[in-house]
Amino acid sequence: MKPFKKRRRGGITATFEAGEAHLLASLSGQVVELLRDRNGADESTADPLATQLGMGGPSLPPEDPVLRRLLPDAYRDDEEGAGEFRRFTERSLTSAKVANAEALIGSLVDGGLTFGTPVEDDEQQIEIELDDAEVQAWLRALTDVRLSLAVRLGIDAEEDAMLIAQSEDEAIAAMSEIYDWLGYVQETLISALD
Amino acid sequence: MTTPSPVEIAEPDVDEIVELEDPWVTIVWNDPVNLMSYVAYVFRNYFGYTEEKAHELMLAVHHEGKAVVSSGSREQMERHVQAMHEYGLWATLERQDA
Repeated sequence: MKPFKKRRRGGITATFEAGEAHLLASLSGQVVELLRDRNGADESTADPLATQLGMGGPSLPPEDPVLRRLLPDAYRDDEEGAGEFRRFTERSLTSAKVANAEALIGSLVDGGLTFGTPVEDDEQQIEIELDDAEVQAWLRALTDVRLSLAVRLGIDAEEDAMLIAQSEDEAIAAMSEIYDWLGYVQETLISALD
Repeated sequence: MTTPSPVEIAEPDVDEIVELEDPWVTIVWNDPVNLMSYVAYVFRNYFGYTEEKAHELMLAVHHEGKAVVSSGSREQMERHVQAMHEYGLWATLERQDA
């Protein structure tokens, strides 16, 4: 990956190897699926009127620990307040997160990423250029992917990330490397914005 | 010496007074995932805080486990919490004196 940097005319660019772009798209796709499962297949987009009226939105927190981190309670020690808030807002939060993840995938597709066929050309470079709105979507979508991985990896405290990186379980060590890499991607994006 | 006869004094409407004094706060909690640079970025860009204030608040979250990042009406704080959740920050709202 060539880190994010700011073009003179304002656009933010980065270049990913095809494999990296596939990984980003696939992890974002998993977040989308998880969020859609929460809302039901046909209701991935919130009906604004129904949301405003507080109709149909769930009032109980999700059971899945990843979803619980992505859609947290707004009130601590106030189950009723948290439930009521969730009933009115969770659908729109979910839709916003789905839209952010889809925007991230869209930028990669715009940069030349294709699906369905195996990556034949390892040398293929996916060059993306983000406008302001896409930057905002990327920041949030990268965060959601990192939060999801952290929950799956059991990162509950600051020192956990380092401990997990040293895991003898190869799958966990590999996932931990991806987690670190995503942090690096996000860090370069943030510093490109300054 | 005399005792004054009881006088009816109108009780101030406590709820109304509290309402005027920004009774609700938005709290951001520390988590081991979000980058320090990102949290400061969110405080700068969402709340419009200066770089210095955003950095201070980020450090407060990091070292003290949480920080009050805004106060105001309940509705405002609910909007802030919702926005923080979209950014992936862990935020809650509560009454100031809670």
